[in-house]
Amino acid sequence: MSSTIIETDPDATLLPERIRRFPFPFANDTYRYSANVEPATKDAPTEAGSWGTHLVDIDEHYLDELAERAKVLERDASRVNVLPHMRGSVWDALITLLSSMADDYPDTMSFHRAGNICRWHNGLQNLDIEFTVGDDSSLPGGPMRFLGSQIQDDIILLDVREDTLWLDAGLVTFAADWSFGFDVGMNFTEIHHPVPRVNEERIVSRAEQFLLRLQPGEQFRRTNWTMTIGRRLDTSTETYPEWGPDRSTIADDPALPEKLHLRVEVQHLIRLPHSGALLFLVRTHLLPLSDIARVPAWRERMGHVLAELPDDMAAYKGIIRYRKAASDWLLGR
Amino acid sequence: MTAIALQPQVHPAVEGGLHLEVTGISRQTESIVSITFAAPEGGRLPSYVPGSHLVVQYGSGVNAYSLTGSGNAPSEYTISVLRVDEGAGGSVAMHRLSVGDRVNVSRPRSAFAPASTASHHLLVAAGIGVTPILSHARAAVERGNTASMIYVHRPDAGAHVTEARELLGPGLTALVECTSRDSFQSVLAEALITQPLGTHLYVCGPVVFMDAVLEEARSQGWSSARLHSEAFGATELDAGEPFTVHLARSGVSLEVPAGVSLLETLESAGKTIPNMCRKGICGECVLPVLRGAPQHRDLYLSDQEKAENTTMMCCVSRSNDPELELDL
Repeated sequence: MSSTIIETDPDATLLPERIRRFPFPFANDTYRYSANVEPATKDAPTEAGSWGTHLVDIDEHYLDELAERAKVLERDASRVNVLPHMRGSVWDALITLLSSMADDYPDTMSFHRAGNICRWHNGLQNLDIEFTVGDDSSLPGGPMRFLGSQIQDDIILLDVREDTLWLDAGLVTFAADWSFGFDVGMNFTEIHHPVPRVNEERIVSRAEQFLLRLQPGEQFRRTNWTMTIGRRLDTSTETYPEWGPDRSTIADDPALPEKLHLRVEVQHLIRLPHSGALLFLVRTHLLPLSDIARVPAWRERMGHVLAELPDDMAAYKGIIRYRKAASDWLLGR
Repeated sequence: MTAIALQPQVHPAVEGGLHLEVTGISRQTESIVSITFAAPEGGRLPSYVPGSHLVVQYGSGVNAYSLTGSGNAPSEYTISVLRVDEGAGGSVAMHRLSVGDRVNVSRPRSAFAPASTASHHLLVAAGIGVTPILSHARAAVERGNTASMIYVHRPDAGAHVTEARELLGPGLTALVECTSRDSFQSVLAEALITQPLGTHLYVCGPVVFMDAVLEEARSQGWSSARLHSEAFGATELDAGEPFTVHLARSGVSLEVPAGVSLLETLESAGKTIPNMCRKGICGECVLPVLRGAPQHRDLYLSDQEKAENTTMMCCVSRSNDPELELDL
């Protein structure tokens, strides 16, 4: 048994922003899948601070993460795909999100539209650009690639037809152990087929019914979580050989608290106003266990969640080989 | 009298919606008037999905009317209203509006969207049913899709006829106007067997008209996945009947009016009920039922749980009995 000294800040306001703004996902000592949806853009307090006031969250990693995304796209073009019937939805998503960012960050961003001519200013990137809605050639790389260069979120667009949702467009560079290129064209049930328990518990069909009933302009959100070794955003199926092997060595690694990250996805579900398509945004946040441990309530709750999580769920999340080591460390055993 | 004076309270169906000003009135036919709304302070209104409708409050009631524009970044909304003298009063109230009146409306609601994968749109309208069909035609033209339109109206009494004709071109490739039942029958029969592969059909008009068109399309081998008809209110829960709720542990009884949820009623009475989505999906606001049969309208409880009637989701569900007793 190893003994560990955990640094605990007595005053939460002294914690760095990455901890204060982290969307810690556990409300209880146990975790099970649930739809856990709530209206978007509502401030969510945690023991360390709060998160969630903005639809598009911009943080200290903004430029780094966008640079990493650009590299991933350069290596692998299959991370972005827009089926032809989704062109209008992509434009709809772009206009919706740029307007929202301009409203939320007026000091650094602005968006103006006259007819179909738009002007977008992004001070964080020293970017000032004019484009025409519907003209794909008016934006570098087209509207989907351009949107992916402005927000840290992964972008998924679901078409609504025949009372079903279809994953027909997206730009996904930071997938948590799934492949966007494999899932394109699938429907909602097919996409979720590999997830244990959710079909038996009717979570997927309930979620789909909920999404189908969303009216244009409505915005909801939920969180989901897993764990990642290293501060690695691209853990897609395509790069498994790069990150997969770490799973079998981390349990015995003395640097586990610094290397092992809680990976939280803040997922937004937005019914787009003009196309009626569903925009699904996935923003990934990573925080190492050493930072989690600086908030005593988080340390304890996450320790219990990992210890109690049923094997099938732990296996699906890919954490089964090291979850005991992680929970033991968090609980100070 | 202005409409605003008729609206002492915001109707639940338009809550969280828009407060707009009437900026234009134009007579389409003897019995149909077009009304244009804009934000009193000007500026853009929310875009909408083609075929959307607006719920408009009149006095203590509300009515839904189709928007006639394409929905792309609009600065005004236009509806057209057929005067129905023996109706509930909505159309008569709309016909009394004048420029400068203020009205409470919902955000645009979509229940008749175009299919994104359609290779061609066959649009069929009868009478006032032309309003969402015109929206579809405009959107097809704007989006670079193709559509053709069959419009049945009485001789010299077609609303929006001029606008439909002006749309003709590479987007709206055909407009057939029919002023008799017989001519429509033969036009429709021909259209149903000559459409390009992947065509979707959209119909709006009187219910019997829509049923007849859909029936004929099915008999010609059209799958229901390619048939669309306007159904107002299909995506929203109705206001429901009023009921009384008795809180056993608190010893109080509360009235739950139509259009107000049980959750809202309990919150108004100072009760704190955990809740997240307020749409009957997340399962947070579950309450134990001691007596009475809830009218379950949620997506959370299983069929078996619903049949047991021992729990209910108070954000959307109501009561089948005049009174419910809760363990609260």
